[in-house]
Formats: sequence, structure tokens, C-alpha cells
Amino acid sequence: MISTDRTRKLLIRQKLGDGVFQVVAVVGIVIALATLAALIIDALVDGLPRIDWKFLTSFPSRKPAEAGIFSALVGSVYLIALTAVVAVPIGVAAAVYLEEYTNQSSRLSRIIEVNVANLAGVPSIIYGLLGLELFVRAMRLDRSLLAGALTLALLVLPIVIIASREAIRAVPSTIREAAYALGATQWETTRDHVLPLAFPGILTGIILAVSRAIGETAPLITIGALTYVAFVPDGLLSPFTALPIQIFNWVSRPQHGFHINAAAGIVVLLAVTLLLNALAIFLRNRYQKQYQ
Amino acid sequence: MMIRPKKSRRGEKIIETVLLACGMLSILTTVGIIGVLLFETIGFFKEVSIIEFLTGKEWTPLFVKKHFGVLPLVAGTALTSAIAILVAGPLGILTAIFLSEYAPARLRQTLKPILEILAGVPTIVYGYFALLFVTPLLKKLIPDLGGFNALSPGIVMGIMIVPLVSSLSEDAMYAVPRGLRDAAYALGSSRLQTAWQVVVPAAFSGITASFVIAISRAIGETMLVAIAAGQMPNLTFNPLVPIETMTTYIVQISLGDTPTGTLGFRTIFAVGMLLFLSTFALNLIGDFMRQRFRERYE
Repeated sequence: MISTDRTRKLLIRQKLGDGVFQVVAVVGIVIALATLAALIIDALVDGLPRIDWKFLTSFPSRKPAEAGIFSALVGSVYLIALTAVVAVPIGVAAAVYLEEYTNQSSRLSRIIEVNVANLAGVPSIIYGLLGLELFVRAMRLDRSLLAGALTLALLVLPIVIIASREAIRAVPSTIREAAYALGATQWETTRDHVLPLAFPGILTGIILAVSRAIGETAPLITIGALTYVAFVPDGLLSPFTALPIQIFNWVSRPQHGFHINAAAGIVVLLAVTLLLNALAIFLRNRYQKQYQ
Repeated sequence: MMIRPKKSRRGEKIIETVLLACGMLSILTTVGIIGVLLFETIGFFKEVSIIEFLTGKEWTPLFVKKHFGVLPLVAGTALTSAIAILVAGPLGILTAIFLSEYAPARLRQTLKPILEILAGVPTIVYGYFALLFVTPLLKKLIPDLGGFNALSPGIVMGIMIVPLVSSLSEDAMYAVPRGLRDAAYALGSSRLQTAWQVVVPAAFSGITASFVIAISRAIGETMLVAIAAGQMPNLTFNPLVPIETMTTYIVQISLGDTPTGTLGFRTIFAVGMLLFLSTFALNLIGDFMRQRFRERYE
């Protein structure tokens, strides 16, 4: 016969274990989140007072107090626009091919799928080495805006493909069959019915890709983007700098004044990337609910 | 039966070919990466013995007296990655267990997107934070700590990859069938016992996969260590002194004025090849483990 006393003790021990674990877990999560909060607050405290109109519209300078991020900001905007122009059509087209045009179990489609998954895990600096050899040296684009954008486009392509595939896959097959039954060709079905329905999901992927590209530093340094640029790019083949490179340059200097500039640059960079990510995740969650 | 589309209209075939070409571009990217690395690495090994590269203990490719032993860079990378995983592993698993087994649905729904949004913080921001916030803070506790060191970027990198470990581990735990939990509860287990003795073992290969993928991510991380860990190829496992990782070396050469096509320039591709092969192998192992886990339950 089981003594009620022992059972009670056992239950108390179990409850205690549960309670202790919950406290430990919550403390752990709070430590991780607090560190991330400290990171953002640290940058805000150091950088926010430095941000004014002059900081946003001045070129870099040897004097920290006169330096600004104008060339970096304009460089980043051009770079990201160009990256998106290259990566989005190719990425969406690849996703359409994989989801609509091949048999899911065909050999080619499986090879491409495994390949895309692997590419997503390749360190970004390796893309820099590829860009350096292929675009800067072999294609003689030099350290230009175009070379940078093509490198970043290859880097974010897996993100666009994976997100677009998920979005296209979520479109119910009844929609396709209805279109086919009315005599639409495969491309007409894809263009007029599947893609419009998959659009919010694809957009989420595009925003995530853009947000990733904005913060990427290592591949741009590897292809040789300049760290001190006192002009705005005037064409596809113009040398350029970008916001994260300008920040890196300032962080690497010993003077405190440049560290403040770096913090201010980080505040601008964080504001853009976190807003974009929040927008993407908001869109995705809303879209997911629509289908459930 | 599935209704098949007509393919007769003009242009359909052209469109399909264009779409296929876009799909093939991803394969070309992989071929390009391997081709470029191989081409330059072969050029490098024509001048430097592969044995010296892989076993040499000194890395001074730009000095007058050149040594091409990559071990100091490997040690630097291993050190920062090990510190990162020591931080991210326990915190990631705790977070995953808490979110999948304890947290009320509403807390989960708030925490997950926050973690996801934070996963988008550019790594250069973490570098700034490690160099100018965490290192000075740690210096108050450890006076011997160098201005550049492996400890501070290692810890910050660990915090950075917590969301990666926790979300992959949580996916694995989430996939454990409800029946296993119910059975454990029916036998009188507490939540903690169920989590540790049933759910974690059942999701083990998925959790291990999350570790493997996190290590791969840590090895390839660049800006964080380039900013805060130093540029001193140093064959040491002392986390308090400046070191140099493989990725930092590539950045260092790219920023310098090493002429292209020289032996010094080729070193970054040899190091890049090593980096690519190690992350590639880890990613393959990680994917394989996740795949195996999925097959068992679905």
C-alpha cells in the first residue's frame, strides 16, 4: 500500500523541481533579452544625441565632429535597390520553377533544393571571395556599386527563393485546377492567380532579404569597397561605400569621437533593419492567419 | 485526378526555359564558389606545401620571414566559437524547453517574434557592443583582459545565436508527438521530468542539429570577431589575449594593400577554402540529423 505521506512528499518535490526550473529558465531568457536590450540602449545613449540633419547630410571627415554619413547612406540606398532589382526577379522565378514547373520529386528539383539550403548556410564572407574573383577581377567591374550589388544579390538569393517557395506552396491547388479547367495555360495560371495570392508571402521574403543586405559588411569589405568616400556614386561603375562599412571604419579608429559617430550610424542602421524585420514578421503572421 | 494545364500556346516553352535558368543560377553560384576557391587554392599550394599549411604553428604570410601555418587562425576560430556555443547551448535549450513545455501560448506568441526581430540585428552592431561595452565591463572583473580578446566577442556571439539554437530546438521538441507527453504525465511525471526524460531525448537529434548549425554559424561569423577579437594570429586557448580568426584574416587582407594575384593575396582563398569546407561539412551533418529526426515521427 502506498503511503499518502510519501506521495505527498513526492508531489512536493516534483512541484519544487518544476518551480526551480521555471525560475532558472526565466532568468536565462531575461539575461539573453537584457543583453540585447543593453546593446540597443548602449547604442542609443551614445549615438542618438549625435544624430541631426548635419550628420545625415555631411560627408566623412578627419574631424569626428564634422563627419557625417551622407555618402554611406546614399551608397547603401543605391546598393540595396540594385541588389533587389537583381535578386527579386531571379529568386521568384527560381521559386516558381521549383514549385509550379517541376515534379517535386524530380532529381533536378531535389538537387536545386538541397543546393539552395546549403547556400543559405555559406558564410557571407565566402560570397565576398566569389564576388572579388568573379565580378571585380574576371568581369572587370572593379570595386564598383554593380560588383557590390551582384555579390549581395547572390548572397540573399536563397532567402528570396526559400520564402517565395513557401508562399507559392501555400496557394491551394484548387485555384490552379480551376484556372486550368477554364483553359488557362500554365504561365497564365501562375501569373494571374498563383503569384498574386502568394504575393504577401513573397513580399515578406523580399523584406527579410533587403534587411539582411543592408547590414552585410564582410562581403563588401572583401570585394574592396572603400572605407573613406567623400562623394556620392554617379553610376553603376562608380566606387562606393555603405553604411555598415562606414560604421566599421569608425569603430576601428581609436578616437572616442569616431566611436560616437559609429554609435550614431548604428542607431540609423538599427532603426532601418529592425523596422523592416518587424514589418516582415507582422505581414507573415497576418498572412498565416488568413489561411488557417 | 489532377487536371493538367495546356502547354500549347506560344511563349510557354520560352518562359519555362527562363524560369529553369533562374533555378540553375543557384547551382552556378555553388559551382562558382567551389571553382573560385579551388582555382586560387591550387595556385597557393603550388608554392606552399599543404603539410606546412595544415600543421604549421606560425602564420606570418606578410612578414619578410614567411610562415604559412594556419593553426593559429584555426585555434582563434575554435576558441571564439567554443565560447559562443558554451553560452548559446544552455541558454538556447533552456529557452526552447521553456517556450515549448511551460510557457502559456500568449507569452510564446509574444516572445517568438521578438526573438526573430532581434535575429535581424546586423553583426557589426554586435561587434561595436562587444568592443566598447562588454570588454570594458569584463575588464572590471578580470583586470588582465586585453582590449582585444576572444572572451568578449565569444560571449556576445553566444547571445547572438541563442535565437537560432532555441528556435531550431523548439521546432524539434514541438514535433515530438503529444502521446509521449501524455503517457509520461499519466505515469505521474512532473513537467520537468517529462521535458528532460521524454521530450529532450525524443528530440535529441534535432537539438544536436541545432548545435551543429550554430557552431557552423559561429565559425563563419566575421564582423563581430574582426572588430573585437583582434588581429593577432596566436596559437593559444587563452581567452584573455588578442587572437585572429580565419574570417578576420580575410577582412584584414581585404582592407590592406596586398596586390591581387600575389601569394599573400592567395592566402585568403586558401583560408576561405578551409572555412567553406568546415561550415559546409557542419551544415550537411546538421541537415542530415534534422532530416532523420523528421522521418522518425512523420
